[in-house]
Amino acid sequence: MKLTEENVRYVAGLANLTLTEQEIHQYTEDLSGILTHMEKLNELDTANVEPMTQVLFAGEENSSLREDIEHTPLANEVALANAPVSGAGYFKVPKVIER
Amino acid sequence: MNIAKLTIPEVQDGLRRKQFSAVELTTEALRFAQAENPKTNAYLTFSDERALAAAARVDAQLAAGEPLGALGGVPIAVKDVIVTKGVKTTCASKILSNYIPPYDATAVERLEAAGGIILGKANCDEFAMGSSNENSAFGPVRNPVALDRVPGGSSGGSAAVVAQGTAVVSLGSDTGGSIRQPASFCGCVGVTPTYGRVSRYGLVAFASSLDHIGPFSRTVADSATLLGAIAGRDERDATSAAHPVPDYAALLGDSVKGLKLGLPKEYFAGLAPETGDRILAGVEVLKQLGCEVTEVSLPHTEYAIATYYIICTAEVSANLSRFDGARYGVRSAKSDTLADMYKNSRGEGFGTEVKRRIMLGSYVLSHGYYDAFYLKAQKVRNLLTQDFTKAFEQVDALITPVSPFPAFKIGEKVNDPIQMYLSDIYTITGDLAGIPCMSVPCGTTADGLPVGMQILAKHFAEDVMFRLAHQFEKAGGFTA
Repeated sequence: MKLTEENVRYVAGLANLTLTEQEIHQYTEDLSGILTHMEKLNELDTANVEPMTQVLFAGEENSSLREDIEHTPLANEVALANAPVSGAGYFKVPKVIER
Repeated sequence: MNIAKLTIPEVQDGLRRKQFSAVELTTEALRFAQAENPKTNAYLTFSDERALAAAARVDAQLAAGEPLGALGGVPIAVKDVIVTKGVKTTCASKILSNYIPPYDATAVERLEAAGGIILGKANCDEFAMGSSNENSAFGPVRNPVALDRVPGGSSGGSAAVVAQGTAVVSLGSDTGGSIRQPASFCGCVGVTPTYGRVSRYGLVAFASSLDHIGPFSRTVADSATLLGAIAGRDERDATSAAHPVPDYAALLGDSVKGLKLGLPKEYFAGLAPETGDRILAGVEVLKQLGCEVTEVSLPHTEYAIATYYIICTAEVSANLSRFDGARYGVRSAKSDTLADMYKNSRGEGFGTEVKRRIMLGSYVLSHGYYDAFYLKAQKVRNLLTQDFTKAFEQVDALITPVSPFPAFKIGEKVNDPIQMYLSDIYTITGDLAGIPCMSVPCGTTADGLPVGMQILAKHFAEDVMFRLAHQFEKAGGFTA
């Protein structure tokens, strides 16, 4: 499967990634090679195979539920401690809405 | 006392006989690890303060006549993708280079509750993506056995500290072989437990349906003890299993006579000759212990790499969307608009391999390709899992190589992602099926490079796997 640089730019947009021209060129080549290898799966007829969507085994129904007990959440200042920019108890990001 | 060779029972014996206190041992372990670390770059961060506080608690317990915990006083390293409250956790990524977690992973909580002493955080491939530890934003790890070679990855630092003797045991994580392959490259024991056996709470998510936390050690018994201490249901991880946790270490002595072992024929093609020879010599040892060995087939093996790299990259693209420059991590200086903040923080903060996987995952999930790639891979994952189910109707465990070749030179494969992915062929199948598997030392090549033998068992049959590995270790004398 051969990708174009345009395909790669489109996917980078979906993934919210700024890529350099050099990276676009590199990933176009890499992804084409890897996706070609992945097409190997088409050799298999999977029309009657269920997709494996869970890895969990033989758990009883509702076994992943817990008692509904209150816990203390992270304190506001603790949750904000790693934020690049914060203020007045909030995460701060560039302005989204113009006045 | 040779600090570089200590085992858990030796640590505990020394504490009980008052040959040293936990604080004395921790102080010496930190000094030794910090002096040795420049050789390998295996530790990224040392947590002296936290380690000494934990050691003081162990000493206080001993003074009060309380029993020593299962890991009481044991110096431990933790892979830097597992969060530690108040101790920097970077995932070996630039984007988290300043992240101080406000909470502990469940596995970390449990190992400290058992008396374990966390010396520091082990280097790894960025976000655990890689097979050589060359993808760390903070420099590669060198293999202590041969310093010009890779330690394997992604848990390269966790394997290296155990092989180097700068921790007694360590925690790593495994998504496609990231515990077993470095264990095999560095000549130590590495265990990937059943999916859900150990809580993933606090393990920074890479591919959630494939991620596991597991132990590294110099002896099989030490891995059994460490896994016993961290395993079990955790209500903070809905996929953690409620199965009771057996006393793995107590079951090691049971005989392996009469156990049926399968050699999957697909796993013995394309091996480096010396690797194949070492594994077959290991199989002879198992036969002498009374195991019955037969050939079995896992017919879909050739589809495993494609399946794995579709599923794992799809999950990567979703899981790593949380790194956005808003709530934690590094924000790009070029963040004039919200969209720029996202795109530039991610573009600048992630390394080459991480971005490659986000791109691949976004592509296989994108409109028009979901069915062709992602859904198809989920179906083939089912076929690969059924291969194991059928094999385990005939045998109790499977014996295979861990890697097609021993540790390679730093830089040798770094520019060829497909070759790097293909080297995971024998380890990714166990992760896809969610079964327990481990690497146990199986001698060395003529150049002295370690070879690891892989043991795979049925879901939740870690006890069978440990017993085989322990008896093999005793009979073969292959311990690091």
